[in-house]
Amino acid sequence: MIDGVLGGPVDQDYLLQARQMQAMSFAVHIPLVCFGIAFPAMVLFLEGLWLRTGDPLYRALAKRWSQAMLILFAVGVVTGTILSFEMGLLWPEFMATFGDVFGLAFMIEGFSFFMEAIFIAIYVYGWERLSPRTHALAGVPMVIAGITGSLMVISVNGWMNHPTGFSVENGEVVDIKPLAALFNDNLWHELVHMYLAGFIVAGFLVAAVYAFGWLRGRRDRHHRTGLAVALTVAALAAPVQMLVGDWAARTVAVRQPVKLAAFEGLQETTKGAPFSFLGGTIEIPDMLSLLAFHDPNATVTGLNSVPKDDQPPWHIVKVSFRLMVYIGSGLAALGAWFLWGWWRRGRLPRSVWFYRALVLAGPASLVALIAGWVTTEVGRQPWVVYEVMRTESAVTGASGIPVGFASLGLVYAGLAAVAFVMLRRLSRGPLEVGP
Amino acid sequence: MLADLAAAVALLALTGYVVLGGADFGAGFWDLTAGGAERGAPVRSMIKRAMSPVWEANHVWLIFLLVVLWTGFPEAFGSITSTLAIPLFVAALGIVLRGGAFALKGEAATIAEARALGATFALASVIVPFFLGAAAGAIAAGEVPVGNASGDEWSSWTGATSLLVGVLAVAAGAHLAAVFLGADSRRRGETELVHAFRRRALGSGVVAGALAIAGLLVVRADVRPLYDDLTSGAGLACVLLSGAFGLVTLWLEWRERFELARYTAAGAVAAIVAGWAVAQEPYLLPPDLTVREAAAPDATLTALLIATALGMAILIPALAWLFRLALSGRLVYEDKPRP
Repeated sequence: MIDGVLGGPVDQDYLLQARQMQAMSFAVHIPLVCFGIAFPAMVLFLEGLWLRTGDPLYRALAKRWSQAMLILFAVGVVTGTILSFEMGLLWPEFMATFGDVFGLAFMIEGFSFFMEAIFIAIYVYGWERLSPRTHALAGVPMVIAGITGSLMVISVNGWMNHPTGFSVENGEVVDIKPLAALFNDNLWHELVHMYLAGFIVAGFLVAAVYAFGWLRGRRDRHHRTGLAVALTVAALAAPVQMLVGDWAARTVAVRQPVKLAAFEGLQETTKGAPFSFLGGTIEIPDMLSLLAFHDPNATVTGLNSVPKDDQPPWHIVKVSFRLMVYIGSGLAALGAWFLWGWWRRGRLPRSVWFYRALVLAGPASLVALIAGWVTTEVGRQPWVVYEVMRTESAVTGASGIPVGFASLGLVYAGLAAVAFVMLRRLSRGPLEVGP
Repeated sequence: MLADLAAAVALLALTGYVVLGGADFGAGFWDLTAGGAERGAPVRSMIKRAMSPVWEANHVWLIFLLVVLWTGFPEAFGSITSTLAIPLFVAALGIVLRGGAFALKGEAATIAEARALGATFALASVIVPFFLGAAAGAIAAGEVPVGNASGDEWSSWTGATSLLVGVLAVAAGAHLAAVFLGADSRRRGETELVHAFRRRALGSGVVAGALAIAGLLVVRADVRPLYDDLTSGAGLACVLLSGAFGLVTLWLEWRERFELARYTAAGAVAAIVAGWAVAQEPYLLPPDLTVREAAAPDATLTALLIATALGMAILIPALAWLFRLALSGRLVYEDKPRP
């Protein structure tokens, strides 16, 4: 275990508030990341449809979406900046001790961020005076940068959960291998899981806006097209996400058995461990073993395999894990139903209930996203670097965390309110379909 | 050697941010001081058109700087962010307010909305460079010891040198912005605006120059070793270079040759940043932590430098294309008619 190069743990009365402040900052930023991942691809897809068919509606819709994309990107830029600052402001000992181990990922992320900022600007402001071909080509690096940027941040998170690429000697970090840290074993499943989540959240949220319009009687071709494109993206991703979730859970079972135990709140190591539903009213025997190891008789490690001090707050993990799984399953079912209907009848469903469900699915997908991150991040506690450095060793010695937390909360509340009003206004303006 | 190269990358990122990001904050300063809604409208509209396509890319230089610091010089990064938590956090909040207000201002539907968002944008544009400058001044003044919040959380950045650098950062940004906006106005053939920004450029240029000279005296009284290094050897060369660039810039502004003044104004600011780096060399956190002591192990520095080289090979052409498109007026910002 490591205390850190700046002098080891300090007295910090507000460790919990520091963690909550960090959590709030992530909760605000991660939904925007989803749009950073998915929106460029969705917009470029629409532009591709326009280039292929020449139908001006696709262009108008792509342009409209790109304006929303730009606003969300700008808000993501500044909320992401807060995260960069908070890494040092809240967790200086973590950064001072391990910045040189995982930093390479952020270097690459920095360049991705540059490229995304450059090409989003060219794309969004270039609709009028760039040739259609140049414009569409400018969209390609925008899509790629959206992927590589998130890939790199995910790499760091994967590393925190399964730290590799260094050794510890006498409480010091030595023998750093930046590439080994970058390509840690958690990278791939976390990446795919988050990447699909990006399409699910962006797709369902955009679809929810159009579904709301449908319920209000806005059912013209513009609204139907917007809904179909966004929903198709989400509906394709949601069922696949369940398979990826299974992959993720099995990886956690092997690498972070105590975290997996927290998913169920399993106290003792158990052969053929059960999984409970609905607050424990239903319990399916052997199911946790089946989920974690694809074997009903497998032994699942319990929380008590480590001292109380090393256990995560499993109540939070258990609830958020279930929230993610329930909502994710519901979204997959809704998506599958839509796809089936589309395949059978070639049109959007006509049931009012379908659109009501869609309006709900948008915000629900956000809840599932945040719940998923709570599962993995709270499940990582009490470690900032899993089984190497404790969160309490990482925290700042500076005072004033509650003041910072409160002021950031106020600023974010204001930002969210104004952004919501502006985006709603954008979505309600008449769509100018050119020739 | 590797450590010095990594420090050079950090310096490049810092310079990029001070020049390009600084100009965007300076534009906010001119937005703030443009006058009433009607009178200030042409200036504000020019700022909006010039900044919209580029401000996000310009902002990334700051992120890049943070990343280079925590990857290449993690111990220094942790020490800086913990001791200087207050000015850095205020700056971060200001960045949220500035960027958020600027991005959303385009969708404002009423004068009142536009005014509220505009005021937030403009005010935050002054706050951010001041507090970031104050933090940089604290490092130069040797107020950041190694450790987790080991320095004083208030007095570390409220000394004369810190406050001076904060004010200088605001003034330098305002000057850069006036020059860049003057050049943009000229390209678009808006003569009235060219005159407006000429006045602003000359005024802010004189103020920034005077502040820089007065600043030397402040540093002399406040942090003597830094002053000595700024007035001898390579430090002096940078200071003189900056002064020369500054004088040429003023002359170019007088003649309304803004396109060339872009580069000399940027040069004046870059020379000051370089002068600071040279003056406190070999220290990263004076008076104790040197660049080499603070540097990450060679494996990390090598990775950092290779990533930078590859990244720059992609970034520079992309940035060049963005600026070329923006300057040739092919990235259009559509001003929405207000009801």
